[in-house]
Amino acid sequence: MSAEALRAKQGRAPDVFQSGGWMPMREFGHDEPVDFAIVGSGAGGATLACKLAEAGFSVVVFEAGPFWRPLDDFASDELEQQKLYWTDARVTAGDNPIALGGNNSGRGVGGSTVHFSMISLRFRPEWFKCRSQLGYGFDWPVSYEEMVPYYEEAEQALKISGPVNYPWGPPRRRYPYREHEMNASGLVLARGAEKMGIRWASTPLATVSAPRGKSPPCVYRGFCNFGCSTNAKQSALIVWIPRALKAGAEVRDLAMVGRIEMDGNGRSGQAIGVHYHRNEAWHFQRAKNVVVAGYAIETPRLLLNSACPQFPQGLANSSGLVGTHLTTHAGPGVWATFDEEIRWYKGPPNMAVTEHWNYVDQGKDFHGAYAFMSQGPLPRAWAQLMATQRHLWGDTLRAEMLKYNHMAGLVPVAETEPRAQNRVEVIDETDQYGLRIPRVVFSYSDNDKRLQRHAVRFMGDMLAAAGGRDLWTSDDTSHLMGTCRMGDDPVSSVVNADGRSWDIPNLWICDGSLFPTCGGVNPSLTIQALACRIGDRIKTLARRGEI
Amino acid sequence: MLYPHYDVLGKWDTPSFDDKTRGVLAARLHVIPERRFFTQHEWTLLDSIVARVMPQPERAQPIPIVPWIDDMLSSNRGEGFRNDNMPPMRDAWRAGLAAIDLESHRRHGCGFVELDAASCDTLLRAIERNQVDAAIWTTVPARGFFIDILVKTAAGIYYSHPAAWSEIGFGGPASPRGYVRLGFDERDAWEAKEAR
Repeated sequence: MSAEALRAKQGRAPDVFQSGGWMPMREFGHDEPVDFAIVGSGAGGATLACKLAEAGFSVVVFEAGPFWRPLDDFASDELEQQKLYWTDARVTAGDNPIALGGNNSGRGVGGSTVHFSMISLRFRPEWFKCRSQLGYGFDWPVSYEEMVPYYEEAEQALKISGPVNYPWGPPRRRYPYREHEMNASGLVLARGAEKMGIRWASTPLATVSAPRGKSPPCVYRGFCNFGCSTNAKQSALIVWIPRALKAGAEVRDLAMVGRIEMDGNGRSGQAIGVHYHRNEAWHFQRAKNVVVAGYAIETPRLLLNSACPQFPQGLANSSGLVGTHLTTHAGPGVWATFDEEIRWYKGPPNMAVTEHWNYVDQGKDFHGAYAFMSQGPLPRAWAQLMATQRHLWGDTLRAEMLKYNHMAGLVPVAETEPRAQNRVEVIDETDQYGLRIPRVVFSYSDNDKRLQRHAVRFMGDMLAAAGGRDLWTSDDTSHLMGTCRMGDDPVSSVVNADGRSWDIPNLWICDGSLFPTCGGVNPSLTIQALACRIGDRIKTLARRGEI
Repeated sequence: MLYPHYDVLGKWDTPSFDDKTRGVLAARLHVIPERRFFTQHEWTLLDSIVARVMPQPERAQPIPIVPWIDDMLSSNRGEGFRNDNMPPMRDAWRAGLAAIDLESHRRHGCGFVELDAASCDTLLRAIERNQVDAAIWTTVPARGFFIDILVKTAAGIYYSHPAAWSEIGFGGPASPRGYVRLGFDERDAWEAKEAR
């Protein structure tokens, strides 16, 4: 495919803000050990690349997918834009196999932030000390107080558009940009919330409500989950990557890392670089440090596929925890028909939110929390949801689809418990690079099911209170977290609070795999805040000579 | 018709369409792939299944679906992931189609393509409910293949076509011009008007 041509080379990389444009890019030789080889360019990798390059480190970012120019490459079309998803072979298993592909993956510079819903919420403070303060899950090795400056940094960098007064969480600075005008789909949530006597808010979103540099304000075209063709969306592709390039980082597109190489003598116990596939051949890049930022499937997969005599269980895996404790956000939907025209294809898909059940613990017969948002599926996704969830086909499906402009719905971001048996492993089947493919195993716990029943009941009552009729429900998930969790000791975690491997001191992890628990909000803002923090910590450690 | 005066393609030369989108849609409308993956028999069989899954009796020129499934399989580019109980995509399609035909032979003594519409629907409904001869469905699970693969794919292709967007009143392409009026019962001049 011509669209998949290698672009970042010969001293230049695409300028994402200009049709056909280029910007200069520094390049590093294979034998020149760079300070940091970063595997993955999404919320974790791109953010950290920017932070490290701006701190003066030499950085090369490896991205398996292409380097898009949104203005040229993104069509207003669901089908064409499937190219944004990770569609290499994977097997999904367990009692509740997770749909992968477009649901929770990205392939291309910027990772899944290129097609994410832009929902930018902070964790509830107590979630960082879930076990000690709320009695479930695991404590994080960082506290909310330690995260606040980095949440602020990420929110400023992304120019989050949100309400002046956000109703949940500790007092905070106002969002950098004003909130967006609410669409009808969000107004349904608002009406329901008011009837139920709970608070709601305009969702803080990473798409600008006023001009920002070369980003025009959001025009509410509604294709956010299929890539933003105007650059209103503040994805990692347009925020962190250009900054990283300006600061001297190199990005290698269409470069799939297959293995991390360890020191041949095995004495130092250090990683010495990465093997990657680009331009039909395998190459080796020397590096003083390797950061894995491939998200909760590819990160453990790479560590497991890098097993060597010295580390037969895979890298960074003396705890045996690599790949385990996978969490996802359950997303059971409730849908209803309304008399009014809603036309939920307009505007970002999730413009209204309530975090009520993230912050209220009374009346729950489960541990954990959930937020829920208004929805805006486009026709292809909507038809596929009705086909797979209600088994509609034939005339019935076509008749139901005619109600498209009168539909509204609510879907939660519902916490699941981190459990050892939910995991990512590698199997003997290989992919187009000859690498062993991942198998993802997931089953809901009884607690996960009780939480979802609560959410479905509450959202159903709210949708009915808002005037919805003919309610029905669906099952789905979003996001993947927790397969290389961070912690306070080498026995019960893969990395420390800095994302640094306990076993291999120059191997780091920086993505959603770090999450010990997943909370009831979308993970991208927390991943970016963590990456900002890890960047700062690396700077400090380097100054002290501890790297 | 719910949106009698609406045609998404009427916006082709307006600010709702950009060059990239025009290119993508021109290919979808006019460059229909030839058969490359399926055998002629599989193609015909799938065509008669799809005629029940996404029936379009009112259209002189139905939205093409089978050519795009063939195209997906020929290039072997699908969703990428598969359930544990499912073989790789191409094998699943071959095995699933063969099983549907075998079910037809077992019940009616003839192939699926020879059934009348009502018998087709009854048979597909039974497959949807896993009320099948287990000996026939050893490679792929009946419902899993029919609903999660065949119906999902066919519906996805149908609702990726501009004619289907016009049918349901979807705004369609919207770049660089998006929308201005977002509230209840609000509509920009370039959106579909519902017949009430």
